[in-house]
Amino acid sequence: MSSILLALIIGGAFGAVLDRVGAASPTLIGKMLNLSNLHLMKAILLAIGTGSVLMFGGQMLGLVDVAHMSVKTAYIGVFVGGLLLGFGWALSGYCPGTSLVGAAAGRKDALVFIAGGLLGAAAYMATYPAVKDSGLLDKIAGGKVTLGTVPDAKYEGLTALPGDLLGIALGLAFIVVAFILPERITQKQPAAATV
Amino acid sequence: MTLNWKTGGLALGLVFFLAVLLVKPIGVSTQFVILDGILWNAVDGSVVTQADDGSYTSTNAYLAKSGGKYAKNVANPLNYSFVFVVAMVAGGAISAFMRGGIGAQERQMPAIWRANFGDSQMKRNAAVFVAGFVVLYGARLAGGCTSGHMMSGMMQTSLSGYIFALGAFAAAVPTALILFRKEA
Repeated sequence: MSSILLALIIGGAFGAVLDRVGAASPTLIGKMLNLSNLHLMKAILLAIGTGSVLMFGGQMLGLVDVAHMSVKTAYIGVFVGGLLLGFGWALSGYCPGTSLVGAAAGRKDALVFIAGGLLGAAAYMATYPAVKDSGLLDKIAGGKVTLGTVPDAKYEGLTALPGDLLGIALGLAFIVVAFILPERITQKQPAAATV
Repeated sequence: MTLNWKTGGLALGLVFFLAVLLVKPIGVSTQFVILDGILWNAVDGSVVTQADDGSYTSTNAYLAKSGGKYAKNVANPLNYSFVFVVAMVAGGAISAFMRGGIGAQERQMPAIWRANFGDSQMKRNAAVFVAGFVVLYGARLAGGCTSGHMMSGMMQTSLSGYIFALGAFAAAVPTALILFRKEA
């Protein structure tokens, strides 16, 4: 039962933070992806960096259970699926999590996205045997691997570098990039007359 | 109303850290499959079945994979990952309500869409429905989405997280540059 309580607390906090950071606003997602306002990109980079430094730092201090890590398999379909998701993310401004939060905030188009998403997930369930036979899901580079080798983890390392120190270094790099990234890259366009 | 990126990024990072500290990394897109399974199994009760030894399986090969772990969650929706996503909706709703909501215009469609494609609800809905289909098909093909692969994955230095992020931004940035030439 305590796992349900944790789901309520962490899930609730995640939904609230996604709303407050603007990730469930298709306008802010669109401005990030057309490179005209990178505030959300900075927030995402800072979040990944903060999470990484705390998790690997906590592991080194023995405060975070290494067994809680869950590394997904690498295969060609990860890249292909990423391309598909990226296209739809840009077109709509929603990804699976933010569509739910957007709908919760009252966005009617997010409900339409969710309906399309349920159909897309069902289509994958129906075509899974064919996708599997295609070889797209065959693991590459060792499958479930981390960039370095994390002490006591059940995952192999792509390199023999100490995975916890590498994780902290990369985490700090994400944070540095978040700070040095400019606020916008593309030039300012004339604003639309209405809105 | 939107948090500045430093506060927001720090808060988001803390939530991802708390999840892995207390339970496991955050992920969302699997639950679209679980909800599909719940709905499908409600219509046709033979989709998910339990064997005498207590294990679950399904007539659908995807729900049955990995020892029937998805089939089990379809049969028992009161599990951590599904409740997490339901709580996420509640958290988003409370947060949006507390900051005063998003306004009638935004409820219909986002400003950036209106500025570039006009205010036809039909056009927006058609585009968003197709996008939802493609995003979830892609997320299941990839084995995760922005939360599970990009955020949780790169945070753990997973190779798969980097591969996913590369694919996602390689498609998303050109698409957005072409579609959204006018600013909202």
